[in-house]
Order: sequence, then structure tokens, then C-alpha cells
Amino acid sequence: MSADAEQRTIRCLIAKVGLDGHDRGAHVIARAFRDAGFEVIYSGLHRAPDEIVQAAVQEDVDVIGISILSGAHNTLVPKVVDGLKEYDAFEDTLILVGGIVPDEDRAKLKELGVAEVFGPGTPMQETIDFVRENAPER
Amino acid sequence: MSQAEADLVEELLDGSHRALARTITKIENRAPGYREIVSALHAHTGDAEVIGITGSPGAGKSTLVDKLAKRYRDRGDTVGVIAVDPSSPYTGGAVLGDRIRMASNVGDMDVFFRSMSARGRLGGLSTATADAVKALDAFGKDRIVIETVGAGQNEIDIVQTADSVVVLVQPGSGDDVQMLKAGILEIGDVFVVNKADMDGAARTVAELEEMIHLQREPTRNLDTGHHGAAGADLGPNGEHGESADGEDAAERASWTPEVVETVATGGEGIGDLIETLSAHREFLENTGRLREKARTRYAEEIRTLVRSDVSDLVERELNARGGVERLAEAVLDRETDPYTVADEVVAPVRDCLDERDRNDRS
Repeated sequence: MSADAEQRTIRCLIAKVGLDGHDRGAHVIARAFRDAGFEVIYSGLHRAPDEIVQAAVQEDVDVIGISILSGAHNTLVPKVVDGLKEYDAFEDTLILVGGIVPDEDRAKLKELGVAEVFGPGTPMQETIDFVRENAPER
Repeated sequence: MSQAEADLVEELLDGSHRALARTITKIENRAPGYREIVSALHAHTGDAEVIGITGSPGAGKSTLVDKLAKRYRDRGDTVGVIAVDPSSPYTGGAVLGDRIRMASNVGDMDVFFRSMSARGRLGGLSTATADAVKALDAFGKDRIVIETVGAGQNEIDIVQTADSVVVLVQPGSGDDVQMLKAGILEIGDVFVVNKADMDGAARTVAELEEMIHLQREPTRNLDTGHHGAAGADLGPNGEHGESADGEDAAERASWTPEVVETVATGGEGIGDLIETLSAHREFLENTGRLREKARTRYAEEIRTLVRSDVSDLVERELNARGGVERLAEAVLDRETDPYTVADEVVAPVRDCLDERDRNDRS
């Protein structure tokens, strides 16, 4: 009662955008976040940026983790960012990208508003700690 | 209410999805000020039709909700969905997976789908869900669907915050003894045999109908010398004019649960379900049951809130006495016993009430 009133639960949306059909990584992250005590909403495969925005707004998530392996991050991530702005949800949502992102694209994504890009081999704990430390205060 | 909360309420009433989402978060988190927000919203509620959907995992609830929402949207109604999933008792974490199956309503903000986790709360979840329903209702949603796994008492509380309760049953989900067991089968206004294209569907429908029939008239085949009274609100079903008893009972306001077959993946039977739901709604309205149900719900809500507030007061007293751990230690060492401790902790509250009563009398 009083205990759970004080503890804020971090809510995350793990999103697969676009055409890539590999979601093993997304599943592993979802599971790890769950075990870290987060509430995880998994989008399922093949989502359009609009759908991700709709889910993020309705679920009022603190964090969006976008998993992209297909290389389409440069076209898809900006659409998600724009959508969030449209609903006034960009400022207080932590955006993470996971997957295969070439070094030269990382800076561009960060400029766009992505907080961090996690490539293959990132220790799970590092991602979890990052979320804990950077989840927006509301 | 602070200015920020007043603004949030105003934005919600103005139709901001973001404000609606944020309000539900505050409700879920029991964030400071959430009570004032829900109080302010209350005056704007009461127009939505609330449907509860429960059933065992894998019965197809989410798919059914998706198709139901779609059909309501096609008719021009706006829809709110709250899907409740369990949370880990160890970490509190949860994977809320029902959203995946909302494919028919993609990109349609007028279907507002929100996942809620149980967050390991004892009894508090139904309050949070009921408050979230109020937020959707005040926002102006025409239909609100609450979806939850029908596993335990808590979940049953949740669907019962709805006007109509739909219980989903899978074909072949057990023999007829399962149907006799107490639990979610007693709370259904409508039973849906989903996956009706599967083997064994007809048998499941027959078993459900048999069960409903038994519940209506438990003494039907027994010569007890009086009417088959399954409670004043229950009457026989389907046996048109078979007996005088039947007609008597039919005059009493009664709702006989209906069994509907669906194949949610293909959308088959959804129309029947909607018709049955609106028939139930009509029944509730015409018989005054709707008001009665709402009154019962509010009474329960008041009790729950009061209990929770009192429990916080008592928690304060527990802490003032060194905390429950220390008291437990004392009980363990046989210095005292649980009854004495409870008595002592509650004493200040009781004293206050006693004193007030004395003052009232004098």
C-alpha cells in the first residue's frame, strides 16, 4: 500500500519497426527488463512508426526501445520522433535504439533525440542501468 | 487540487489523448493528487457502457477484444480498452503482451488501448482499474472493455466493475466437472465459446447450456415440492411454457446467460456477441438493474477506499510502535501474542471513535 505508492514503476515499450523479422533480441531485452522490475509492452513485429507512436502515447511509457536490424533506422526513427512530438510526448520519453547501427549513423540519431544506441554485445546490465539512470522524471 | 492537476483534468475533458494517458499513469502509480483528479472526473462519468471480458489464458480474449473494438468503431462508437496482465511477484516486472493482437485498430486513436499490470497489489488493482475506467468514461469513450485473465478472486473483482461480463471458454477446456466448479462460470452474463471451429466446440456449448440451465433451476428434476428457486433474480430459461413455474419465474426480471459461438481470428460471431451484449444492456436498463449494479459498485468502492485509508492509519501506528518486524519478534519470543498486538494497535482509533460517540451523546 504505502510501499507501492512511493515506488514508481518504469514503463517501457519495446518496438520492432519496419520490415525486419528478427525479434530474438527484442524478446531477450523484454525479458531482461521484466526481470529488472520494469513493465514492458512489446509491440510485436512489423510495426509502422505510427503504431509505435500510438502505443507509446496511450501506454504513457517512460522509455521506447526501438530494435532495428534492417538498416532502416535513418528513415524509421525520425518518423517515430516526429510522431512523439506531435503528441507532445517527445520531451519526456527516453528513446533508445538497439540493433545494427553503423558508427557514422549514431551521431545522427543522437542529434535527432535518441538518448543512446546499443549495439550487439552490449551487456544487458548496462542497458538496464542506463534506463534506471535516465528514465525521465515526471 | 493543484493547478497542474486541474490543467490535466481540463485537457483530458478537452480530448487530449496524452492527458488521458498521463491521468491513467497517475492513477496506476497512486501519484500524489490522483485522488483529486478522480474526484474531479467523477461528475463527467456514467455514460460509457462497460464490458468485462475474462477467461483462461489462450482462450482468445485479446483477439476477441480487437474484433469487438473494430466492430464498435465501424458503428461510429469510440472505444477504450484496459487489458490487465499479471506482474511478477518477485520483481514486480511484467510483459504486457495484449497490445500485439490489436491489429485491426492500428493507427486509430479512437481506440484507446491501455495495458495495466497487477503490480502485486492486494485488492488495490480493482480500484486502480475502476479509476482508469472513470478516466476513459470522462474522456467520452462510448464503450469501455476491461480484459483480464480469469485466474483468481482479484481478476473477478476487476471484470465485475463492468456492467456486462463476458466469459470466454475454449472448446475442450475440460470435462463437465470443470463447469460445475465455482468461480468465473458464475459471473458470466454472456458465455463465448471462442475457436468454435475447433473439434469439441459443440460439446462445450452443450455443457455450458446444461450448466446455465442447472443454475437457473437447480431443483428442476427434484421433487422438492416448491418452485425451483435459484434466488429471486433467477428464472428458468429456454423451456417456454413447459411448466407453470417457468412462466411465474419469467415474470420476475431475469437474465439468462447466453452462449455465443465465435471464431475471433476471422471475426465470425462478433455480430451475435454485440447483439447479445446490447440485449443485456437493454435488460439492465429496463429492469433498473443498471442503477442497482452501479450502486453496489460504489458501495464496494467506498468500503475499499475507507479500508485502505484506515489501513494506512494503522500502519502509522504500527511504525510508531517500532514496526511490525519488532512486534513479530516479540510474538516469536512469547512476550505477547498477535491478538494482543492487534488490539493495542487499533486501540487509538477505537478510542477516538468512542470519544466522539460520547461527545455526540452529551
